[in-house]
Amino acid sequence: MSDKFKLKAELMNAEDFARTIHRLAHELVERNRGVKNLGIVGIRTRGAFIAQRLRSNILEIEGVEVPLGILDATLYRDDFRRKLKQPVVRVTDIPFDIDEMNLIVVDDVLFTGRTVRAALDELMDFGRPAQIQLAIFIDRGHRELPIAPDFVGRHVPTSIGEEVQVRMKEYDGEDKVLLVERVEN
Amino acid sequence: MSIYTLCGGHIIDPQTDTDIIADIQIEEGVITKIGGKLSGGEVIDLKGKVIIPGLFDMHVHLREPGREDTETVFSGCQAAAAGGFTGVACMPNTQPAIDTASVVKFILDSAKNLPVDVHPIAAITTGRKGERLSEMGELLSSGAVGFSDDGSPLMNTDLMRRALEYASDFNAVIIQHSEDPYLFKGCMHEGIVSTKLGLPGIPSLCEELMVERDVRLVEYTGGRLHTAHVSSKGTVEIIRNAKRKGLNVTAEVTPHHLFLTDNSVMGYNSNFKMNPPLRTEEDRQALIEGFLDGAIDCIATDHAPHAFEDKETDFGSAPFGVIGLETALGLILNEFVLKNKMNWADMIDRMSVKPRAILNLPEMKIAEGERANLTIIDPEVEWEVNPAEFKSKSRNTPFTGMHLKGRAYGIFNKGQFVINT
Amino acid sequence: MSFDFYRRHLLGMEGMSKGEILHILETARSFREVIMRPIRIVPTLRGYSVVNMFFEPSTRTRVSFELAEKRLSCESVNFSSGGSSVSKGESLLDTVQTIEAMQVDAVVIRHSAQGAPHFLAERIRSSVINAGDGYHEHPTQALLDMFTLWDKIGGLSGLKVAIVGDIAHSRVALSDIHSLKTLGAEVMLCGPKSLMPFKVESLGVKITSNLEEALEFCDVVYMLRIQLERQAGERFPSIREYRQRYCLTMERIKKFKKDDFIVMHPGPMNRGVEISAEVADSRYSLILNQVTSGVAIRMAVIYLISGGKDRGKF
Repeated sequence: MSDKFKLKAELMNAEDFARTIHRLAHELVERNRGVKNLGIVGIRTRGAFIAQRLRSNILEIEGVEVPLGILDATLYRDDFRRKLKQPVVRVTDIPFDIDEMNLIVVDDVLFTGRTVRAALDELMDFGRPAQIQLAIFIDRGHRELPIAPDFVGRHVPTSIGEEVQVRMKEYDGEDKVLLVERVEN
Repeated sequence: MSIYTLCGGHIIDPQTDTDIIADIQIEEGVITKIGGKLSGGEVIDLKGKVIIPGLFDMHVHLREPGREDTETVFSGCQAAAAGGFTGVACMPNTQPAIDTASVVKFILDSAKNLPVDVHPIAAITTGRKGERLSEMGELLSSGAVGFSDDGSPLMNTDLMRRALEYASDFNAVIIQHSEDPYLFKGCMHEGIVSTKLGLPGIPSLCEELMVERDVRLVEYTGGRLHTAHVSSKGTVEIIRNAKRKGLNVTAEVTPHHLFLTDNSVMGYNSNFKMNPPLRTEEDRQALIEGFLDGAIDCIATDHAPHAFEDKETDFGSAPFGVIGLETALGLILNEFVLKNKMNWADMIDRMSVKPRAILNLPEMKIAEGERANLTIIDPEVEWEVNPAEFKSKSRNTPFTGMHLKGRAYGIFNKGQFVINT
Repeated sequence: MSFDFYRRHLLGMEGMSKGEILHILETARSFREVIMRPIRIVPTLRGYSVVNMFFEPSTRTRVSFELAEKRLSCESVNFSSGGSSVSKGESLLDTVQTIEAMQVDAVVIRHSAQGAPHFLAERIRSSVINAGDGYHEHPTQALLDMFTLWDKIGGLSGLKVAIVGDIAHSRVALSDIHSLKTLGAEVMLCGPKSLMPFKVESLGVKITSNLEEALEFCDVVYMLRIQLERQAGERFPSIREYRQRYCLTMERIKKFKKDDFIVMHPGPMNRGVEISAEVADSRYSLILNQVTSGVAIRMAVIYLISGGKDRGKF
């Protein structure tokens, strides 16, 4: 069942990866004029690790630990019953009250926008944040919903058959961004 | 005058030591000549077919009178003919029960012009209630051939004793549906499978205790006992021992008990629900052994038609019973005769000779001057059990989809030819 | 950790793999988080319709399923046929046809007949979830029991569990035995011999009729409800004598000085019959955890069987 991929290009190596995170962290702090009322929520799976890294970068920059939550948007997705097997549901863990918070939602790749839509809906069920901003590591285009990121690590123009793979130490054993192509098997 | 010439069939009849390929000429329903190169009348080519004395099923339920929606004397006889049986004995658990001469006559009349002989078995007790003996003498003289309360056991030990004694005046057989009703609280064999399915079980003991009791009664009183549908290893042993002692005890086994076990119930398909229930592989092997070595006298199908809507429910609520007339011969041929586990002579003994003998019916021999009562077998044809093609009005078979080799090509009886198309 | 889960019916625990069970438990953990949220409802199964068909009265299980369905945003309706004069068989067949016509996605069925859910599953296109069939199985109860234990102590491998009571007339016992064995626990059944299923040791369990022997053996004791209205006089002499032999009291527990001892019960309890009130409310008791787990497990089960349209048969 597993799809096969053909590597087309390495978009980022480990150093590029770190630099981009670092820049994003600076932009977050800059545009929010500090970290007051700021909370970060990462979308599982890799969005959560990006969020963690942003938080440690912000800690270095500002000396403040911003609250971090992890969100699994599976239950709010709209592709229910389009798949043979239901996707795995993992726990959402937002250990702080999001009311009146200034939330940064973080994901690794922005594509159709449907995952972000689901994440926003889910967040609304947790409370009423003052503001929500979207931070994306790679924006590969092809939006299907009117969703635009506030912070972007890198824009990568892609074709539909291609896929951007963000690989992270915490999960994949390495920091790397690859452009791959799906191969029929 | 009707004349038939059956050409080139392989004639087997252990009763007359016949085992030849020859022609048979039949005039007015009587075999007039057996030999080479006969001709005349309607000539039927039976090359490659086997001709044996007509098969007899001594345990069927024709459901008439009472449940004509599930089977009638007519449809049951069509099913019997299609299955290669020239005669059946029908059980008295009809509505009303076969416990008076008028019901016996009704059934005989219904079957009068049919190519299958129908012999009613009358109830031992009035209404099969286990309370008062039926009028056995009159029932026998009106055409009944034996007695049974089948469907229910005769629990009352004294009444059973008297039934055996009284029937022995006529040398008639008492056919017991062996079951201790106090132990009969389930819907399948009590074993590992029933435990897994959470279904209440019927222990083998339920049958064995009753057979044991009845054998003791025969030993004490004389009389003739026939044990219907033996299902357990223990029962085979009891019957074997009784025979060793020279007691007048006979027994039958159904094809489903020879072929299936309680494992089939996994899945809760009510077409595997019958009484006695399918038991374990160990029991099945003991039944096969008894069937092969003669401890068990004959095959009887316990053909028990039930309406689709009655069977189409959860296992516990469904009625007990499966049909068997149209599958029995195929199963036995495929598994035993054609695989040389049983020879033709023994097969004819178990399916034609013994059942008639138990019911005091005349022998059916293939010989000049005898009534032509024949089953014609095509031993080569391969077929799949498909209930939609059954002549029976009911479809409740556990053998759907089974691939078999060998089946009835047709029967000849009462001057009529029935050929399966 | 994730496993393949392609079932479209949940009929029983027999034959379910360890991977499948753990996958359900993992999923239930996520759903338990959902039901602890300020808004305990997720839009996941909008437009998915479920019928709860209860041919036997059961308030707890039905409420648990209803809550689970509502919290998944399912459209759910209840059907109950308590006291129907129609015979069991007829109403079941009618039910099949009625359900077909209503175009539902899943049927939750509680029925007094063993195999009733299996009967339905073979005849309708909807998914079938067994909410208890006669004395056969009650898979969601077993799953919530496993979840409760797994959540409390982690892995079940090597755990010793005693199930006490009327094993022969318990769908919970059979489902729990299958589940516990699959997850590597050791199981001892305890109760009067006359309430033991035939050759139940073939399922790989130990048997005793002595409660103290069971308590000495186990880390977890699972007390079954004794049906007051049934069996007394036939399969065992009286409730009075049953209580004397099998009632789980503090006195009996303390004899074995097990600090981490766990007491479970599928409910509803007969306090003072199979379990004393004191034990039921004690620190040993996980009985209320079981109830909470029930909703999460049922959400997980409904979610997992609700896969795509091109589902295989099982």
